[in-house]
Amino acid sequence: MLSKTIKTFTALVAMSALGATGAFAQESDDPIIIPTHNWNSQIVMSHVVGKLLERAGYNVEYTPTDSQAVYESVRLGDVTLELEVWEGAFGQSFNAALKKGGIVDVGDHNAVTREDWWYPAYMEELCPGLPDWQALNRCASQFATPETSPKGRFLAGPVDWLKHDQERVDALGMDFIVVNAGSASALWAELESASKRRAPIVLFNWTPNFIEAVYEGKFIEFPEYGKGCKDDPAWGPNKEETHDCGNPANGYLKKAAWDGMEAKWPGAYRILEKLSFTNPQIAKMAALVDVDELEPEEAADVWLDENEQVWKSWLQ
Amino acid sequence: MMLARPWLPDALLRPPAVLLLPFADWLNAFSDYLQNDLQLTIFTRAIADVVQFILDVVNNFLLGGRKGLGLPAVPWLTVAALAGLLGYFLGGTRLALLSGGTFTYLALFGQWKLAMQTLALVFVSAPAAVLIGLLLGIAAQRKRWLEVSIAPLLNIAQSLPHFSYLLPVVIFFGVGHHAGAIATIIFATPPMIRMTLLGLKRIQPEIIEAGRTSGCSPRQRLWLVEVPSARQEIMVGINQVIMQCLAMVVIASFIGAPGLGYKLLLLLQSLRIGDAIEIGVSIVLIAIMLDRLTLAWAYRVPEYHGDERFLVRHKYLLGAIALAAVSIAIAALEPYFYFIPRREGLSTGFLWDPIVDWITLNLFDPLQVFRHFVALYILIPVRDLYQWAPFSAVMLLYTGLGWCIGGRTCALLIFSFLGFIALSGWWDRAMITAYMITVAVSVCIVLGLTLGIWASRSPSRAKRALLLCDTFQTFPSFIYLIPVIMLFQVNDLSAIAAVTIYAMIPAVRYTIEGLRNVPVPLQEAVTSAGANRLQRLVQLELPLALPHIMVGINQTVMFSLFMVVIAAFIGTQDLGQEMMRALSFNDLGKGLVLGFCVAFLGLTIDQLVSHWERRRKRELGLAE
Repeated sequence: MLSKTIKTFTALVAMSALGATGAFAQESDDPIIIPTHNWNSQIVMSHVVGKLLERAGYNVEYTPTDSQAVYESVRLGDVTLELEVWEGAFGQSFNAALKKGGIVDVGDHNAVTREDWWYPAYMEELCPGLPDWQALNRCASQFATPETSPKGRFLAGPVDWLKHDQERVDALGMDFIVVNAGSASALWAELESASKRRAPIVLFNWTPNFIEAVYEGKFIEFPEYGKGCKDDPAWGPNKEETHDCGNPANGYLKKAAWDGMEAKWPGAYRILEKLSFTNPQIAKMAALVDVDELEPEEAADVWLDENEQVWKSWLQ
Repeated sequence: MMLARPWLPDALLRPPAVLLLPFADWLNAFSDYLQNDLQLTIFTRAIADVVQFILDVVNNFLLGGRKGLGLPAVPWLTVAALAGLLGYFLGGTRLALLSGGTFTYLALFGQWKLAMQTLALVFVSAPAAVLIGLLLGIAAQRKRWLEVSIAPLLNIAQSLPHFSYLLPVVIFFGVGHHAGAIATIIFATPPMIRMTLLGLKRIQPEIIEAGRTSGCSPRQRLWLVEVPSARQEIMVGINQVIMQCLAMVVIASFIGAPGLGYKLLLLLQSLRIGDAIEIGVSIVLIAIMLDRLTLAWAYRVPEYHGDERFLVRHKYLLGAIALAAVSIAIAALEPYFYFIPRREGLSTGFLWDPIVDWITLNLFDPLQVFRHFVALYILIPVRDLYQWAPFSAVMLLYTGLGWCIGGRTCALLIFSFLGFIALSGWWDRAMITAYMITVAVSVCIVLGLTLGIWASRSPSRAKRALLLCDTFQTFPSFIYLIPVIMLFQVNDLSAIAAVTIYAMIPAVRYTIEGLRNVPVPLQEAVTSAGANRLQRLVQLELPLALPHIMVGINQTVMFSLFMVVIAAFIGTQDLGQEMMRALSFNDLGKGLVLGFCVAFLGLTIDQLVSHWERRRKRELGLAE
């Protein structure tokens, strides 16, 4: 059965290489539904993968979905797969869905993710000693606002991203107050406003992200993450508190799929297993939209044209 | 009780934990029961498939593609030409320019595809909402028990924030274009029910009698006598449905609706404010166009030309066919008139970004002083006061107010609204919401009344101000959030500023309407008695217009409650923030309970204001 699928599949690849998009009756004709979220690298990646699946003869549809709620939709088969499961941001929702059943782990991308406190490059002049966290703490008063004065203000991501920033501030005895933004847009709006005025700001950021292409900056170096930091008080510089460390500097970026996908579109599932993107590739996808102002579909075409050697092997 | 605070037992300060009821768990259990035991999802998914199919057909007609009927798309030139003709037919040259111009704008600015996806959603949701609303309205007029039970449900439904509708829709109907349509239908139906019911109840008994004596069957009487007599109200209902549909455009994209709303959020996410404003303008144009078209249709007097020649009688139909043929031919020769891709479209984005830059660079520092002052001397004290007040005292205060203004039933209702919030365990969060809307509504009243009074002084100014109100009301409020954050940073002041901008609209609108509707003979009488303009305004016009202005303030409270939830995208600590969290984690029960808390805050104010307004109108002799 499997070898037959692979055989038809190679035939298909050969066909599409000749430019013929023949009917492919072996697998389901139902569309594979790819969810798109509200950040551009994910949307471009979705279109890149969607276009690859189309070249392999599948019907593909895209549907905009909330990036946390999507795991429930994958579980129910309302959407077929998810291309960016971030360890830090969505690990919890993903694990909860795994436990409930209906969703499968399809492996990691080559890319690693990092989510932590971050500052724009000009801060290094204003606060010498960065990116060290103790240097940051010495400059805390520069970041103060009327609500937080005399302590500094750290602009964190939305509460539901569950980053434990407050616990870290307490555990490391930092002079900062955590203020939660309500959305990623709110973070960028403040960064944009602050960096135009070269005003002090330290905020939550992550990589890969389009922000890297627009603003230079660095992550704060906290005591390095290690196993036990988040639940063993004895671990790390503070012997009585947990969370006395930074976030992992190399979190996973996973692919996930509905558990019915493999049976319904076996060839597509194989492609999903094989494909993997690196940090620079993802950054490039984001930059095509955020810097070059292409539409996501066009950006996907450009990316596919420029990176044929990357994706060719996934289709075989 | 406020003064006696230090001596009060804890149980009267904060709702005691033992009394809290797990409303959310009950709702979740109920939802699980519906999903797993009753297998309701089989039924709802079937509905979802039907809606999806209809959407595919409409989408196919507007955009082409494989799905639906598999036809090629209609060229934009044809759509624009036909829309222009329809506008001319309904309202003359001006309306023709508006409707033809709107579609031309959408095409030239490369937003055709997005706009058609959004229009497809409106074209499917609006008729469905109208039909369901009409039928329910008729049924409620027939059956007294239905009317009695539907009235409070309508009140709650119309004060629930948009976001509370999303989770139940995701769970029972899935995500995607159809889910957006279904959420929109649910949100847009209540005003239709209300207006249908209102229209049917206003029919003079003589008309129904005439129908009866002329030998109509009950069904004929309904469709040939009663519904046409209630035409005006029903048309206003249709108009409201369309406006509600467009208000949902951005929010529906959270559960998978593609189109202008989704693109708007994406553009904001990558801070392309100029492009986002362009999308906002498209949404406003579509809304105003549909609004004016339906209103023109509503107030159109039916014409009868039985004895004219075929060509004359069908001139519009024939004209439409001719226009379609010519425009399709042009589009076939020149692809520019068929479809303009985004990259070839015009853009004014480059104009807006420098403006936003200039504002952040030059206004930030002057505003710093203002920001510090407001935060330290107004916001933080008010917030502390609301958090400090014992919940029992707040409940007593409002129940007492209800008693004085509206009597026993009103007091009882308010007591149960606030009681629900207290027992749900969200009292503290609700007080943060209450504090934010108190500040925002106060600012709205002061600014809104001032602007309204100023605008009402001359008819042309009033007309322009009302057009501005229409524009701001349909302009997607998400766009305000970004510049507001750039100026005020992430804090309560930003949220309150965003709420104020949006919630001021009804305050201005109703003030203008109220003042312009003061009877002219009365004004002249007072003037001839020697009053100057200020005396006339203060002693005659404002008191007479006050009931209508109060309706506007009531609306301001509702608008601010809707917006405060959206302001959670800036970053707040109130009910809205928790509602976003519930949406992220698929917690249906929690999301609904929070929605009810917001709705009950609004309904408390609504009870007080509407009772007061009714009493005042009676005193003024404006109502029987």
